[in-house]
Amino acid sequence: MIWDLHCHLNGIPGRTPDEKMARLIEVADRMQIERLVLFMGAPFLIAPTPEQFREQNDQVLQAISHWHHRAFGFVYLNPEYLQESLQELDRCVKDGPMTGIKLWVAKRCDSASVDAIVRRAIDLKAMVYQHTWLKTTGNLDGESTPADLHALASRHPEASIICGHTGGNWELGIRTIRDLPHVSVDLGGGDPTAGLVEMAVRELGASRVLYGSDVAGRSFASQLGKVTAAEITPEEKQMILGQNLRRLMSPILQVKGVRL
Amino acid sequence: MIDVNVSLSRWPNRRLPLDETSKLAAALKQNGVSEAWAGTFDGLLHNDLAAANKWLVDQCRSVDEKLLLPIGAINLSLPAWEEDVRRCHELHGMKGVRLLPGYHDYTLEDARFRQLLSLLAEKHMLLQIAVRQEDPRTQHRLLMTKDVDLKPLMTLLGDFPTLPVILLNAVSSSAVELHGQLAAAGKVYFDIATLEGLAGLERQVQSLPSERLLFGSHSPFFAFDSAKLKLEESELPAPAREQITHLNAVKILEELC
Repeated sequence: MIWDLHCHLNGIPGRTPDEKMARLIEVADRMQIERLVLFMGAPFLIAPTPEQFREQNDQVLQAISHWHHRAFGFVYLNPEYLQESLQELDRCVKDGPMTGIKLWVAKRCDSASVDAIVRRAIDLKAMVYQHTWLKTTGNLDGESTPADLHALASRHPEASIICGHTGGNWELGIRTIRDLPHVSVDLGGGDPTAGLVEMAVRELGASRVLYGSDVAGRSFASQLGKVTAAEITPEEKQMILGQNLRRLMSPILQVKGVRL
Repeated sequence: MIDVNVSLSRWPNRRLPLDETSKLAAALKQNGVSEAWAGTFDGLLHNDLAAANKWLVDQCRSVDEKLLLPIGAINLSLPAWEEDVRRCHELHGMKGVRLLPGYHDYTLEDARFRQLLSLLAEKHMLLQIAVRQEDPRTQHRLLMTKDVDLKPLMTLLGDFPTLPVILLNAVSSSAVELHGQLAAAGKVYFDIATLEGLAGLERQVQSLPSERLLFGSHSPFFAFDSAKLKLEESELPAPAREQITHLNAVKILEELC
């Protein structure tokens, strides 16, 4: 069972979200990927206005509308617009089919507005995916580091939070969030560097490690290969490739009456 | 399958699961690799490259001479680098050499680079240029290097029409338009280790002819499966797939003789 935590419509050929989605599913089938989590539309917008993030979320809603048996959506928000973000969270998660939140690089996550979003996510049992990178070459102004995420997550032990990209510089990211058991790491979106999965399993336990690809910027292949080639047990690979995500998403799926 | 992009020895700031030659060789064989063109990570920072290349040859011989084909490291910033080329060719019988310009502080505009091309053409050897070894965003802050600028190659290739130039880890790290121009200007090849994107190989063969693509894994720094699974993610005509997995590499070696 393979569930991919991290997929985008951006970069996939197709004139409409439906066409892009059909192509995404076609290639996912080749790789035996059963379920996909989508967030953000096309093109990527690093600081979307409320109008823009609503439009991006509409693209995802449209894309998954014919694929509810294969795909989930996370709502893309911008904490710079807190009230509008909370309204959008209700529209897409509370009243819509989405199951989580995606926060990217508009604002560093160690801020009060993100606290408010996470509190609402806890109420809704929604997962919170926060992009993190600690770039040797320097971060964007609004780009969160694993340390920012640690600060946020420390204030919300009831939340289900994902450290995007394992912090990019994963040896540092893993160390940074190690003491927070409610924080999982997304393996996707970085080079398929050998040793990443082994360290994550050793330091966090396999139950906190999630396969995600960051397709279409990345390939399914390069990111799946991190897990399939890792020197860990077959049981740990199964957890990482799908079982963990299914477990983490179960509370909100139960609320929505989704049966797997 | 022929893997044109593997390295032996230790990565400078991390142990890798397959950084013992015997373990790497076993993994390659298990994955259906019949031949791998092996450089050495020692080439990144060592100054005694004669010793590093000798060690590389000994390691290749220690496991299976047919499996691991040594590709010596050359640093054009070192005094008497030509002697390292000579030893690679005459002493070790190597088929080619690998440059790591990002770690050796020169550009491809350097006059020594043209000299190297002449030497290799004369000796019927192939050239590998590692355009990057690691994503700059994840590099150790004391080991930061930039991707190699390939534009100067354009003006040189015309003078060396028979010299095979293999650009390692170049795809996704430099301009796609330039790749097509380089492939048209000379005998330039690209490996797929850093190829990304949904069904990336299907897209890649639209911009670069399949006869210029080579299977390369960048093992053991990258997980081998990442390259292998790219062949499953893309639907390619069987002839193109065979070119990429081995036929192009076989042809390069045959034409050196």
